[in-house]
Amino acid sequence: MAALYEGYSLCGLVQAQNLSNSGIWGIEEERDSDHVVVTDSARSVTLYKVTDQKPLGSWTLKQGQTLTCPAVFNSQTKEYVAVSDNKVIRIWKEENVFLDKAFKSTVSSDVWGIHCAREGQPVVLFQCGAVRVLDSLLSAPQQPIEEVLVQEEAIRWSTNITAETQQFVVFTTEQKGDYFLYLQRLNPKTLQKYRLEREEPGLSPLSFSASYRDKHIHLLYIYPNGHIYQSVVPVRGRGADEGSQALPLPRSQVLRLPVGEGLLEAASALVLDEAHVAVVGVPHPSAGASKDFLCIWNTNFQTLQAGKEMAGKIYGQLWHISNKLFIPHGKTLSVIPYECPKSSLASALGKLRQAKSEEAKAPASVPSWNNILHGEKAQQSRTVETRKTRTNRKTQSTPTLTIDQVLELIKTAPVEEVQKEVEGLLSRVDTQGLQSSVGQLALALVSRSLGDPAFYTPITLSQLVHTQCLCHSLCPDLVLLALERKDYFLCQLCLQFFPDVPEAVTCACLKAFISMSDNDAEKANLDPDSISFMETFISRKRDPAVSQNGFSPTSLEVDLPQALGGSNVKTREEKEKTPAPTEQMCPVGLHKAVLLNEVLQTAYSDTFLLPHLKDLSSQHVVLFLQYLQFLYQKYSQEASPQIDGLRSPSLTQIMDWVCLVLDAHFTVLVMTPEARGLLLNLHSFVKSQVRLVSELGKIEGSLQELNKMKMKMKDFGQYSIELNCL
Amino acid sequence: MGEFVVHRVRFFDYMPSAIRAMAFNNRSERLALARADGAVEIFNFADNYFQEKVIPGQDNRTIEALCWVGQRLFSASLNGEITEYDLENLRPRYSMVAYGGPIWTISSNNQGTLLAVGCEDGMVKMFEVLEERIQFQRNLDRQKSRIISLSWHPSGTLIAAGMMDMIRIFDAETGQATHRLLVERGVGASKSKEVVVWSVAFLSDRTIISGDSAGKVQVWDGLTGTLVRTHLVTKWDVLALSVTQDESSLAVGTSEGTVIQFQFLSSTVDQRDKEWVRTRTFKNHSHDVRALAHIETAVISGGMDTQLVVRPLLDKVEKNTQESALRKMAFPHRSLVCCAKKVGLLLFQFPEHLELWRLGESDGHGKPGDSLAVKSKPEKLIQLKRKGEDHICCSALSPCGGWMAYSTVSSIRLYRLQYDNNNVSIIKVSKLPKVLSSAHQLCFSPDSSKLFASSSQSSVIVVALNRSECKYLYTFRPKSGSRQPVHLLSASEDGKWLATANTGCEIYVYNLEKLKLHCKVPVYSSCPTALAIHPVSSNLIMVHADQQIFEYSLVQKEYTEWSRKLQKHGLHSLWLERDTPIVHINFNPRNPAHIILHDTFMFCIIDQSLPLPEAKSLLYNQMTLRSVPESERLRHSHAFKICKNFQHLMCVSLMEDHSLVVVERPLQDIMSQLPAPVRQKKFAT
Repeated sequence: MAALYEGYSLCGLVQAQNLSNSGIWGIEEERDSDHVVVTDSARSVTLYKVTDQKPLGSWTLKQGQTLTCPAVFNSQTKEYVAVSDNKVIRIWKEENVFLDKAFKSTVSSDVWGIHCAREGQPVVLFQCGAVRVLDSLLSAPQQPIEEVLVQEEAIRWSTNITAETQQFVVFTTEQKGDYFLYLQRLNPKTLQKYRLEREEPGLSPLSFSASYRDKHIHLLYIYPNGHIYQSVVPVRGRGADEGSQALPLPRSQVLRLPVGEGLLEAASALVLDEAHVAVVGVPHPSAGASKDFLCIWNTNFQTLQAGKEMAGKIYGQLWHISNKLFIPHGKTLSVIPYECPKSSLASALGKLRQAKSEEAKAPASVPSWNNILHGEKAQQSRTVETRKTRTNRKTQSTPTLTIDQVLELIKTAPVEEVQKEVEGLLSRVDTQGLQSSVGQLALALVSRSLGDPAFYTPITLSQLVHTQCLCHSLCPDLVLLALERKDYFLCQLCLQFFPDVPEAVTCACLKAFISMSDNDAEKANLDPDSISFMETFISRKRDPAVSQNGFSPTSLEVDLPQALGGSNVKTREEKEKTPAPTEQMCPVGLHKAVLLNEVLQTAYSDTFLLPHLKDLSSQHVVLFLQYLQFLYQKYSQEASPQIDGLRSPSLTQIMDWVCLVLDAHFTVLVMTPEARGLLLNLHSFVKSQVRLVSELGKIEGSLQELNKMKMKMKDFGQYSIELNCL
Repeated sequence: MGEFVVHRVRFFDYMPSAIRAMAFNNRSERLALARADGAVEIFNFADNYFQEKVIPGQDNRTIEALCWVGQRLFSASLNGEITEYDLENLRPRYSMVAYGGPIWTISSNNQGTLLAVGCEDGMVKMFEVLEERIQFQRNLDRQKSRIISLSWHPSGTLIAAGMMDMIRIFDAETGQATHRLLVERGVGASKSKEVVVWSVAFLSDRTIISGDSAGKVQVWDGLTGTLVRTHLVTKWDVLALSVTQDESSLAVGTSEGTVIQFQFLSSTVDQRDKEWVRTRTFKNHSHDVRALAHIETAVISGGMDTQLVVRPLLDKVEKNTQESALRKMAFPHRSLVCCAKKVGLLLFQFPEHLELWRLGESDGHGKPGDSLAVKSKPEKLIQLKRKGEDHICCSALSPCGGWMAYSTVSSIRLYRLQYDNNNVSIIKVSKLPKVLSSAHQLCFSPDSSKLFASSSQSSVIVVALNRSECKYLYTFRPKSGSRQPVHLLSASEDGKWLATANTGCEIYVYNLEKLKLHCKVPVYSSCPTALAIHPVSSNLIMVHADQQIFEYSLVQKEYTEWSRKLQKHGLHSLWLERDTPIVHINFNPRNPAHIILHDTFMFCIIDQSLPLPEAKSLLYNQMTLRSVPESERLRHSHAFKICKNFQHLMCVSLMEDHSLVVVERPLQDIMSQLPAPVRQKKFAT
């Protein structure tokens, strides 16, 4: 989940007369992401160190002059560039104290703004739409500037984008309610023009934001009705046929935000990454009509990820530099750090934690007072212990590493060190911040393991899975890696804790489990709970007195062959020969059974699972079916096969898998001679289930009748005379 | 048993009054309970929680607190009076104005020599308990706000008083306030509201425990006056608080209907220091728990929802016994309904008025289990409002429907009723014998020629009725000189016998022809809850609070053969486990072997001709019997034929036309008339 952290204020706002304006022209990154240059409309440019919340330097124009565009920092020459009174370009260095004494040069046309990419040349965008590189412009300041825009067309917004080696100036213009996007490439200079689709008449975009990824420029804009659109422009478009002809720009709706009553007045949307958008000035969906909110939305899942109420008026301005958002509100400019970890559906919906396993752990019995006392004591001592270890850890001389350092470490360090550091990190980070870091750690570990056959950290990985903050979509290669390294314990954990294992992977696990030798399986070190379940399950003797729902396997066998005709006499004989105990034998080893159980309990959708199931060989299918049959028989013989608190497949899960496997391999099974007895058996299961259901249907009728009678009994009113036989 | 036409009556709008205060007498094991209408009830916990005495309320007497001093019971009321009760004549003995405005609380010291009351004017007043009365002794230092709660230190030298926003500790000898404990107000909106210290308890180690309107239970050190511990137990008020005698456990009652137990325990197993730890939460009430009594083995609670709940603590009682069962007492242990058997009339008794109803009629055709078409609806003939400010304590309707009587603690009124087609005329009998001043129980003879009224000192006054006048005949007095009130009266059908029972467990039978005592039935340890004389055999049937049944032959003056057999054989365990007493006995004129009994949850026809149920056999076997073929039925049937089709029974009576009248008052109907609770339990919250 994306998160907005506690913000802090960077500086106060110089209030202009009209309150609709925050008074800030722009915020630009200086030498690094911690230094910013803030230009305000009242003649001054200030350099701030963000984390220290303090200004390092400030430059002010003389009275009567005004700054007309945000100052930028040219990182190559360490100079600041700004424009005053539209035509005067000023360039100065940090050590220049007085702006008036700095370099200035007057150009022939009005300047809209200056953009400077990191490690790039400053570029000047004129109000007429022309673009010049600053150096070339300064070599001949009075050079003529061509008109790119037509009459009554004016620039509304501009930015610069660096795409690989290319530098672009992107700007949007308005002409009588129509909006256009210009893509000005520098070196070689080409210009592309697009026409934005019109929203409802009268509505014009409130803000634009552009970003570059995957060889495309993504333009994001928000309308007063809360609709946010995205348009994608290929960088390598039609380089040749440039011209004034505007191509229609297709758009797709990214979000439709609830705006409450009325339209938005000052709002801004900013692309944070491919899936997240920061929006300011739009009401929080669960906090009424107030629009003073900063929210992060996930565009993939259309979910609100984080929200923060901003005190005071919102001006609809928002900047972001590295992982901080800058937002002027009320009388201050605030800095709000944020985080947008890679999101999966599971984490977006907040369903990473498995509800079922937690439920199962809830104590079923009412604890006595003594128990509570002892429990408390035990808990106390445990907390004390952890506190102690924690302090120990703190006092250790080795410095504690941050997540980024650990991630770096994972790329190179030996197994033991990685294990130690990750463990340390996990114990330090509180559960709140765990989710994002766990995903990053797992990804790093898996990619190292995939690349380096000698590197594998089973303990660390299982610890990460145990946090229950991980899911398959966060770290898609983990299960397959575990299979490859024959780490069956990890496989089991993943199947247990991941809510979103894809069917293909489930099937791969199934295939691996069913085909491995029992020797291999016994070596695996599995979850003791599931083993103990299986042990008791296998060893439990059949209780002849108990039969569930009237089902008894003997009666089943008797009426089994009748429907199948004489040709099956042989199987019948075989059946009679085989004594009951062998029937109870588990066809697979204990550990293998435990692993198969885990597969049975994963969530799946049968349409997706079926094609993958077909990959199983007929031999394996028969073995698997035999195991399922064994489970089914055990279940139907015992009144309560499930042991409290232990994970175990349910009868319906078993039946579903039987049906699935049969569906996937029906023709093969029919042709396989050794599968015959098995199929006949399964047929009888189905028959018994059908019979059970029909009996239940009958019971339902009578129960309803009973219920009706009871209903009738209840309504007597104030007075009634009845005839009762006592 | 055969077919009966059953009148299922649900129009008796009996509404019990909310429970306001409680006091438990450890020595006599009796619980005194005060209701919102001013009535005081005495429950005998040693005798199956039987409600043995009821003192009716009075219009403006709103009791806020009760207090036992030895065997004497005192109450404090918001009308500013302290009242002592006469538990033998079931009336207030005297009331005394404390001259301090409304009284909120009353508490006696352990020695039983002094009573302290807390008044609205901020005064704690001390009264000396004398032999026959109480006498004002002095005031303690006057406080600025009203005194809501009081608790004496067991030594009798200190008193803690709960007030608005604070608790004061007084020196009982000098009357000076020695400590002031400030109680914090609630947070948020309630910050501006004064916090009310609803209850305090002063323990022998000088710990003070308080419960207040901000939902806190606080433990204070009374020596230093410092707060030791605060337990926030509810969002609403903590209204009641009670500590066991050994001071090891304490229970508090809250506005949301929970009772929370705290125990004095060491928090870790082998530590010496003990502290008050919250241990259990009981939720047996839907509304405010206003009154609590914590005894060694149980927590007794009551409040707005009118039910008295006895919740045994399972670590103190043996499991799976009768003692360990939760008891909820929602209905009185006496009959408030009187039937005129011959004419199909019902008299309902309310504290404020009487209602006379005529039953409906049907054409009477149908098969068993059917509801018959009602030809004429039941009709309310008379609603009679009582006179004076005392509430009605008993009432009676003659079997012929011609006479009606009721009594308050101050007077008896007798009315003559005349029916003229659809008109009913009611005439008050103006001249009553002087001796007939008040009665604990009233009863008409079966031929409606006599009225029996139980009076003081276990005496019974017999009055002859004749057209419109009544004449004093005789007063029966028991030889034992018992002073306990007679709570049961029953005359035989032939007019020869009158059986009486008093709360001292004595049962006397008088001969009405010779006007003299016939015999005294051997005293049984448990209080009789119902008695009746068999119309044919003249045997007296008695049922006691411990559910035992006896049959006594009036002719032979000894227990009958059947009774001896029953005692030898023993009653079925399920019969003994029922938790409501039998309150009424009827006989079936068509079959003399049948005795009809009922409690709140069942009615039973005992067939004396059938064998008694074996211990292992099914007691409630009516349903199963029906499924057995006719030939085997007799083999399986036993003497107790129990019917549970009707619930919350106020009365079951067999009419002369052989129809059965069943008066039900479903608990849901009572609950639905209560105000909305502050908090409703939803799902697992």
